[in-house]
Amino acid sequence: MLPSVIGNYSLFLGLFFGLVLIYFSAKNFRNSKVLDTKILSFTFLQFFLVVISFLCLVLSFAVSDFSNETVFNNSHTTKPIFYKIAGTWGNHEGSLLLWLLVLTLFILIFLVRTKSQPVKYRVLTLVFQQIIIIGFFLFLIKTSNPFNHIYPIPTEGLGLNPILQDPALAIHPPILYLGYVGSSIIFSSVLAATTLNIVSKKWASHIKKWVLSSWIFLTLGILLGSIWAYYELGWGGFWFWDPVENVSLMPWLALTTLLHCILVLEKKLILTSWVIILSISTFVLSMSGTFLVRSGILNSVHTFANDPERGLFILIFLFSLIFLSLFIFFFFHKTNKNNLSSFFWLSKETAIIVNNWFMMYFLSVVLIGTVYPIFLDVISSQKISVGPPFYHKLIIPFLIPFLLIMAIGPKLKWIKSNLDDKIYLISLLIISILLSILIVKNFSSNFLINTILISSALYLFFITLRDFFNKGFKNLAQNMAHFGFSLLILSILFNSLFSSEIITNLKVGETFQNTKAKIVFESISQKEEKNYRSIIGNFIVQDSKGKIENLSPELRIYNQPNIATSEADIKTTLLSDKFIVINIVQNQDFFNVRYQVKPFMLWIWLSVILISFGGLVSFVKKEYEK
Amino acid sequence: MKILKLFLIIFFIFPINNLKADNEILKNKITKNLRCLICQGQSVYDSDSEFANSLKIVVDNKIDEGLSEKQIYSYFQSKYGEWILYDPLFNKNTYFLWLLPLLIFFVGGAIIFNKFIKKQK
Amino acid sequence: MKNKLIPFSIALIFIIIFIIFYKGLQDTNIYTPKIKINYEIPSASVELFDSNEIVNTLEIFNTDKFYLLNIWSSWCLPCRQEHSILMDLIKDDNLKVIGINYKDTKKNAKKFLKELGNPYDKIIFDNAGINAIEWGAYGVPESFLINKNKIIKKYIGPLSKESMEEIKLFIK
Repeated sequence: MLPSVIGNYSLFLGLFFGLVLIYFSAKNFRNSKVLDTKILSFTFLQFFLVVISFLCLVLSFAVSDFSNETVFNNSHTTKPIFYKIAGTWGNHEGSLLLWLLVLTLFILIFLVRTKSQPVKYRVLTLVFQQIIIIGFFLFLIKTSNPFNHIYPIPTEGLGLNPILQDPALAIHPPILYLGYVGSSIIFSSVLAATTLNIVSKKWASHIKKWVLSSWIFLTLGILLGSIWAYYELGWGGFWFWDPVENVSLMPWLALTTLLHCILVLEKKLILTSWVIILSISTFVLSMSGTFLVRSGILNSVHTFANDPERGLFILIFLFSLIFLSLFIFFFFHKTNKNNLSSFFWLSKETAIIVNNWFMMYFLSVVLIGTVYPIFLDVISSQKISVGPPFYHKLIIPFLIPFLLIMAIGPKLKWIKSNLDDKIYLISLLIISILLSILIVKNFSSNFLINTILISSALYLFFITLRDFFNKGFKNLAQNMAHFGFSLLILSILFNSLFSSEIITNLKVGETFQNTKAKIVFESISQKEEKNYRSIIGNFIVQDSKGKIENLSPELRIYNQPNIATSEADIKTTLLSDKFIVINIVQNQDFFNVRYQVKPFMLWIWLSVILISFGGLVSFVKKEYEK
Repeated sequence: MKILKLFLIIFFIFPINNLKADNEILKNKITKNLRCLICQGQSVYDSDSEFANSLKIVVDNKIDEGLSEKQIYSYFQSKYGEWILYDPLFNKNTYFLWLLPLLIFFVGGAIIFNKFIKKQK
Repeated sequence: MKNKLIPFSIALIFIIIFIIFYKGLQDTNIYTPKIKINYEIPSASVELFDSNEIVNTLEIFNTDKFYLLNIWSSWCLPCRQEHSILMDLIKDDNLKVIGINYKDTKKNAKKFLKELGNPYDKIIFDNAGINAIEWGAYGVPESFLINKNKIIKKYIGPLSKESMEEIKLFIK
């Protein structure tokens, strides 16, 4: 149909403009007039073409145009309109179009907002970004075109996987992509800055907002993914160390480290090599993530596509970018020999270096855990699994000193620090330890490790809280983010310590009772929706305090594809969630019922929002400074 | 140095912490560590597939028979391969897996330490 | 010269990583673990479908003949498809087909066999599915070719025409 044709040609045209842009950039390297007129116009046009292409795909989905192969594979006439539209980016081809959208948008914004920066720098950033953009255009057109035709035109589509039909999942990809595709700008600009040897305090100050915005979106994007997993996948968990989750966490770790280094580079000319390496790594990790998830080389809950041809393309593209970056770094970057000689060991600079050290360790744990099974399989044909126990064992012990340093670090002054109010710091530490012993003493398992962990998290919590009152708005952004982090760790710890679960088999009308809860399986009702039928179990649950809740988990049978899913019913309060799921047992007339009480879930979400808010405050402050 | 020692102590206590617990808690612990082989990235504990449910019954039986946690993992490993265990074993296949991150940590620490020692001179 | 060492070694590391990923793409991505062959059959107590007797697996496979252990259930659609192949295989005297009725009710199983025919010399009743695990199976349908108490070949999924031909060659 017409949208597909327009969409397709827009892509070709967009690719053409990419080449045009490189040509004009090379020709008019120092010419700011051409940059701000011709080149800017072409950049805008390229973005505009991608928007048109994207909208054409959205339209095709909205009207269920099954002559389009992507729509046929991923949609169905009975899907509600909201999910028809969101389905545009819920598949491999559409999500790549989203990549292009963010890539072209960010370079456009960059050119518009950096008029005060050196011309050569802006042009070179554009060139590097266009290399990425052209690569993606080629990838899309050659291996993953969203506008392929099928003939004869089918009357009905294959439908979208029901677990993807969820509001959180509709916004999770766009927000996530603004984060990690947004880091492409940091990548391109750092390569440009390195080549021109202008990585300096001024440059750090300029790039900071780009780092912040990418970071805020990435944090929120990961949060949305976890929320979706919790509400939709029905197991009551929010993080599984699944390869796709790890793949979004790795750029986040690199980006967070980069953020801290930029904060230092803004003030003093040190850690330039780190800033360059981290800027490159963030985007490289994003692209590696794309490779791992789309090539079929990994096996996980939500792998997109299993196509080795696509995998090969991304692999070659990715490594070309890596070798390009390596070349630029080693050829152009001159390290400043004065770097570490100007500060004392007890100083803020050291704290940031130690932060780098720990963060890189955490990053290596996640990276190695995710990628090792592939290496082992290729080298020795052995298949192993690397799951949560691995990550917990390697990360948790190191989290303890990390939290403590996070509490003390920001208090240190630049160059040299004497650590004022030592007494206060030590007494707060003792209070934290006592408090956590009190909390953990009823639990015999893992007493030591839990106590120490909670102590460190509580310590960070109290220190940052005290700083709110003492220092006011001075370091508000940092305080918020660190406070949010302590809250996150505490919420996760309390959640895992105090969660309880009842698994039982019940027939309609039966009751389960123990000291913690009474579950009454009242009745069953049925419901018919647009694209699924459901069986609803009506439960009355009474907890140990006598509070009564009505919970109604569902079993949904979708029409296309013919999949059954289990929808949990979750009652959220400030202190805890009540979570219930039912499942059919083959050949039996009873249901398997899983009831969980999960404390502090809401606080897990809120603390991450608080962390991103810290980032937002920093962003706004910078804006205000101008 | 003291901090380092404390580290190592905690690090080694952690995996050895196999206290004798309720059968239920043990069962949950084991099934959380077993991979559901027909699912996409779920543990046997989380999964409700036929395979997972049968596996849970087998785990129950083995606990009743008096097998230890390690023996139960061995049993499943003999039937399905190392792949079914989420907690990778520490054997010649996985030395790099466990040791490489730690190596990176210590090398990083050494480099930083070195730079400071050089400076003091 | 020392200055060149670091960039070159890093480049080398990345080249090696590239090669490994490249090779990784070539392999199949379905995580099927090594299908062990030529290993002993498990010794376990099982309940027979018809007589409710408890016997040991070693007693069932105790002759020199070839055995095809087939895991099936009445609710399994691919089992219907492969059933005709099983009926064909029993024509050869060298082969006996033993069934494991997996997570099924006797009523439904009997109905299934009445409708499609009964190729099974004996049937093990595995209501809970735990016998299948003894054999290292994932689900239904799966088949194991056994001779002299050793598993010669394992078939995951319904038997195909190719598998049938292969089995026929084995049992000559």
